[in-house]
Amino acid sequence: MIRLQNIEKVYRTNTVETMALNSISLNVAKGEFLSIMGPSGCGKSTLLNIIGLLDAPSKGEIKIDDQKTDHMSDKQLANFRNKKLGFIFQSYHLINDLKVLDNVELPLLYRTSSGSERKKLASAALEKVGLSNRVKHFPTQLSGGQKQRVAIARAIVGNPEIILADEPTGNLDSAMGNEIMDILQYLNTTEGATIIMVTHDENMAKRTHRLVRLFDGSQVQ
Amino acid sequence: MLKNYFKIAIAVLKRRKFFTFISLFGISFTLAIIILVATFLDYVLSAGYPDTNRNRELYVSHMQLNSSKNHSQYNGGPSFYFINRYVTTLKTPEKIAIFSNSSATNSYTNNKKKVNNLRYTNDKFWDVLQFSFTAGKPYGKQQLDNAEKVAVISEETSEAYFTDDAAAVGKYIETDNVQYRIIGVVKSLPFSSNVYADMWVPYTLTKEDLKNTGLMGGYSAILLMSSKDDLDKTREEYDQMVSKVPMQDKQFDQMFTFADSYFQSFIRSMHLAEGTNSGMGIFLSFAGIIVLLFLLLPTLNLVNLNISRIIDRSSEIGVRKAFGASSKTLVYQFVIENLILTFLGGILGVVLSFVIIQVANSSNIMPNMVLSINFNVLFVTLLACVVFGLLSGVYPAWRMSRMHVVTALKAQ
Ligand SMILES: Nc1ncnc2c1ncn2[C@@H]1O[C@H](COP(=O)(O)OP(=O)(O)OP(=O)(O)O)[C@@H](O)[C@H]1O
Ligand SMILES: [Mg+2]
Repeated sequence: MIRLQNIEKVYRTNTVETMALNSISLNVAKGEFLSIMGPSGCGKSTLLNIIGLLDAPSKGEIKIDDQKTDHMSDKQLANFRNKKLGFIFQSYHLINDLKVLDNVELPLLYRTSSGSERKKLASAALEKVGLSNRVKHFPTQLSGGQKQRVAIARAIVGNPEIILADEPTGNLDSAMGNEIMDILQYLNTTEGATIIMVTHDENMAKRTHRLVRLFDGSQVQ
Repeated sequence: MLKNYFKIAIAVLKRRKFFTFISLFGISFTLAIIILVATFLDYVLSAGYPDTNRNRELYVSHMQLNSSKNHSQYNGGPSFYFINRYVTTLKTPEKIAIFSNSSATNSYTNNKKKVNNLRYTNDKFWDVLQFSFTAGKPYGKQQLDNAEKVAVISEETSEAYFTDDAAAVGKYIETDNVQYRIIGVVKSLPFSSNVYADMWVPYTLTKEDLKNTGLMGGYSAILLMSSKDDLDKTREEYDQMVSKVPMQDKQFDQMFTFADSYFQSFIRSMHLAEGTNSGMGIFLSFAGIIVLLFLLLPTLNLVNLNISRIIDRSSEIGVRKAFGASSKTLVYQFVIENLILTFLGGILGVVLSFVIIQVANSSNIMPNMVLSINFNVLFVTLLACVVFGLLSGVYPAWRMSRMHVVTALKAQ
């Protein structure tokens, strides 16, 4: 499903050059639940962003669904992300000006679908994460765990094959974190989603199929 | 899609109350001023009491004499002689009104000084212009030929001297030591009118020497055609007539004078251009530049505020991009948001100017003038709104959309 070959990412500023990723090669199969661990600053987010086509590698090649991604235009990339990928962030990144339902609908705005269809899909996604009773709330009126569940609903509303989560439980206590993990596991087993998750928590990592460890930009496990 | 843009636009505006207030204030204030100026110009330039036949009239109010020998140029109005001797020979116009520039005359009534603006006119003046008489009637050809000392006065003048208009007729009014018998009272006209005065009297009463054959002087003429279709024909005839006028004065060798539409004569009176050039192009570009400069300040303000919002909204930008918005789509969204804002400002501006116009109309700041917003003016405003929205929206939107996703998501 996802194929990374010799991915390298170098950040250059005027004075320093940081090798954030060094020759990473990785295959992720369809339906796999993969976790990425490693100390702070080792390049986990960078790797996830590159897989999510949010950032381009300095060297190397990424194929998703056997499609090369390096020569895609801005519009093609946007389209590709919209159809295939769903993102979950540590700090939720909900739009505070929009109600929960509108937040969840967001990915559907960038495809052709009617308003009523969007509502239906968004409500269904919210039901999967157990938040049907909060559709009219604004994000600021929710707890951290609830926010993250809204973010998950938004990530899955467009029914993407791949879910990328950067420390989805990082801001939550362990009980909340476990609830989020339950949802992700459900999406993986029942809905067949391919999930890649960055985490600092060994217990969370244990609940996934496979663990990749990074150290200083290189893969060590 | 549009509904969603609207939702987020309204939400953003509500959240940033101060920002919204400043922007809306700037926009609506600027637009209100544009509306007021446009309304005023529209009022001045379009047909209205007593000059209601403007669409089938041409105006002779400008005379330019050039001397190529000493490179000098004189601008002014045509003389009575020029109008009487040449302009009145035109065949196409149905009627020709002749009137002098207004001159201030002094009269003392009840030991109080009053200044009366006085114009000398011919008898056709009363046919071409649609004055409404509240009492009496105008003077005719006979009274003009006999140089009878009669006058038509405005209602305002009448009120200053007499108890009511009917009582004024037949009474005498003395100004600049001449006694005139009042034969008519007309509804007062706005000061912006091209024939504005307090008193109108037969031109035969002037102390000027009407036989003076100089071409330049203090008179104007309005040519009234029986239909709009004759306008071009009259212009041609006028130009032909002008080409045959001998230059009696050795000093000058070139003369420019035209039968203009009201708008043209209005612009020609600004002396923006010379000779055959009407100055229309210069006027329109000037007006355009002024409006643009005027719009520039609030636009820059809005651009500035919009750019400062980019940081606030970086998370939103990042999320939208991550979930499938292309840069182009985002530009679109932000520009539409800005258009919504400027339209709200526009509506407020229209309301504001409407209120100001109502107040001005009812408070008599501008006597005898009743302004009203018309569709042309609203159209100009709408256009200004769009220009505003685009000018102030496109650049910040482009900046926002160019933000890198990862950077956008990191900034918090
Ligand atoms: N835009 C950037 N410019 C320069 N250096 C960067 C940039 N983004 C990341 N880096 C560097 O790249 C390295 C990897 O960063 P990354 O964010 O991927 O780490 P991480 O493993 O996600 O850390 P954490 O667990 O703290 O989130 C770090 O050393 C960081 O300083
Ligand atoms: Mg990270």
